[in-house]
Amino acid sequence: MNLEFTPEEQAFRDEVRAFIEENYPKHLGDVGLREDLSREDFLAWHKILGEKGWSVPAWPEQYGGTGWTPTQRYIWSEENARVNAVMPLPFGVSMVGPVIYTFGNEEQKAKHLPGIRSGDVWWCQGYSEPGAGSDLASLKTTAVRDGDHYVINGQKTWTTLAQYADWGFFLCRTDTDAAKPQEGISFILVDMKSPGVEVKPIKLLDGGHEVNETWLTDVRVPVENLVGEENKGWTYAKFLLAHERSGIAGVARSKRGVEKLREIAANETIDGEPLIEDFEFARKVSQLEIDLAALEITELRTLAGEQAGKGPGPESSILKIKGTEIQQRLTELTLEAVGSYSAPYYGSIANDAGSNEYPIGPDYAHHSAATYFNMRKTSIYGGSNEIQRNIITKMILGL
Amino acid sequence: MDFNFTEEQDMVRDGLSRLVREQYDWETRRAAIASDAGWRPEIWAQLAELGILGMPFSEEVGGFGGGAVDAMIVMEEFGKGLVVEPFVPTVVCAGGFLKHAGSEAQREEHLSAITDGSRVFAFAYAEPRGRYNYADLETTAKKDGDSYVLNGHKAVVIGAPWASHLVVTARTGGDRRDAEGVSVFIVDKSADGIVTRDYETVDGRRASEIYFEKVSVPADALIGEEGAALPLIEQVADEAIAAQCAEACGAMKVAHAMTLEYSKQRKQFGVPIGKFQVLQHRMVDMYTAYETAVSLTYLATLKLDAGEKERKRAASSAKVGVGQSARFVGQEAVQIHGGNGVTDEYAIGHYFKRLTIFESEFGSVDHHLKRHISLA
Repeated sequence: MNLEFTPEEQAFRDEVRAFIEENYPKHLGDVGLREDLSREDFLAWHKILGEKGWSVPAWPEQYGGTGWTPTQRYIWSEENARVNAVMPLPFGVSMVGPVIYTFGNEEQKAKHLPGIRSGDVWWCQGYSEPGAGSDLASLKTTAVRDGDHYVINGQKTWTTLAQYADWGFFLCRTDTDAAKPQEGISFILVDMKSPGVEVKPIKLLDGGHEVNETWLTDVRVPVENLVGEENKGWTYAKFLLAHERSGIAGVARSKRGVEKLREIAANETIDGEPLIEDFEFARKVSQLEIDLAALEITELRTLAGEQAGKGPGPESSILKIKGTEIQQRLTELTLEAVGSYSAPYYGSIANDAGSNEYPIGPDYAHHSAATYFNMRKTSIYGGSNEIQRNIITKMILGL
Repeated sequence: MDFNFTEEQDMVRDGLSRLVREQYDWETRRAAIASDAGWRPEIWAQLAELGILGMPFSEEVGGFGGGAVDAMIVMEEFGKGLVVEPFVPTVVCAGGFLKHAGSEAQREEHLSAITDGSRVFAFAYAEPRGRYNYADLETTAKKDGDSYVLNGHKAVVIGAPWASHLVVTARTGGDRRDAEGVSVFIVDKSADGIVTRDYETVDGRRASEIYFEKVSVPADALIGEEGAALPLIEQVADEAIAAQCAEACGAMKVAHAMTLEYSKQRKQFGVPIGKFQVLQHRMVDMYTAYETAVSLTYLATLKLDAGEKERKRAASSAKVGVGQSARFVGQEAVQIHGGNGVTDEYAIGHYFKRLTIFESEFGSVDHHLKRHISLA
């Protein structure tokens, strides 16, 4: 038992660090709010990694994976977090990709996997509906067979960044008479340019446009876009959610966040002294660091289990719960550290370098409230933290 | 990075697990802690036979050169059975002082006696007004020719009634709370001038108040350098923290399992109470608290040989996180057991009591949060 990295792992760290330093797009700098990025910005690093062959590290090597060990993948995420990199979005790389190479047929693999690897094709996820959130299996969007096509009708919601999407993967009901709601669902790939697909923005608390409503009206989709078997979609959806959860802990990013929090708290003052020296505040930062250390070792233990051949299991629910709690606490403390300057709505203020006006608030204040508001989503998405507790209840406690 | 145990470590765990299961059942333990002695020397003898008591020491003194991970394994198994025998005071603490700073002669005299089970130690560091500051000492040791003369009062010395020897911290110089001037001595408990008042602790162990009244010890009772022992005490205390965190993890594991089992048996409103989501989620939170405690225990254990600051940060992180988990798991376990949880008859209450007192040994959650802050 030890926590040391092997010389090979150290060498790997040096290699990826050098690659990131040399190739990470400088203009992305240290981005604040991700939803302000353009489509090109979102894809910039993905495309570079695609060319390098590093865009889908976790995939099996035959589909373009790097063959890295879980520890190497951990190092990779740490090194990217150091520069706060805009990573390839999960919808293709961690969600639909693994479903396609696991359950899809050869044509589907040949057609879709290359675009996911390269970053040329943008995917979005059509799961939730206005009436089907945590109770996802109650979804009502239907896909009715009509010759060589499915005709899809329904409304999806929370479709993240669908405004840029080329393709979407949708859960649709193909058997309305199934004995259990889970049994009549299919997993269908939809070209977002199909007639009848309409994407409408949902404005969020932070003022940004990150998610959408997606309306599907008589959308005709060729039957070859069905992944796996008809009515077996729930199995694939669950598989996907387990994949989504591993890596959701966001340890590397939170570690970087704590460093930034310390910088802010060293700069802010209270009674003439740095805020970070205020006992009450320092105590909260230390508690956060301790909880983050516990999460980090817990994730490493899970990774070690994966390395020993265990897939991402129900333990990943712990990582989701703890990881998102810490992400939220971090943004909450950052907001507290910023103090009064968390209040201005910077989205309405001309504050760029070119402006002739006096700037309002320190740079680090600009996204503090928006980020705090935005991160409330983390305990809700990907199966709310309450649903994660239900999963642990069933799968680990056996109740 | 490696989270695997070696084959030998698995064997140690299996052996102890069997010992606890077969010879430390609930009724036997209950009778033992209520007996005059309060512990079972025959268990101690078996631990010696299994090599557990010499584990961290070199082969010359009969040990097998084990490390912190081995101590973690031992203490986790002891935690599962609420074993009261003084492994931490004797092997981790006294053994640790001797290993790190003992002279050739001191090691020779004490280590093989620890290994064969004939010598039992207690660690007298706490004082009535010192709280968790190892340098806040009113006990003094004054050089007098070839000896030192000890005066003072040591508080809640765990395992002292069973001990033949004590490791005692005392001030040889400087002012109260100064980092300099702290020394460590090995003292024969039968020395003239030592007065003890023995008592039971709420978690089934025994402890003593120990009064030193002009106790003269030879100069070679000093371990390490005179007046410079504080870093050594902190190191040994961090080793004790890692070991006791493992013990708490073992106790939490059993407390959680018992609660889960109880929730499956106990029926109210016509169904097992484990069917209620409000209790399910609480038991999930207990499980998560246990798992994160295990992670922090690994961290503290695996960082014991790292640089001083890293070691201290890891030990304090563990004492904070495991302390919080222990309190949470203990309280929730009692709550879910309902009225039965507050009876003496049910085992769960005894796990709760051990998990409660765990926090007050070697520094509370608050103490270690403060220490963590100071190490930022």
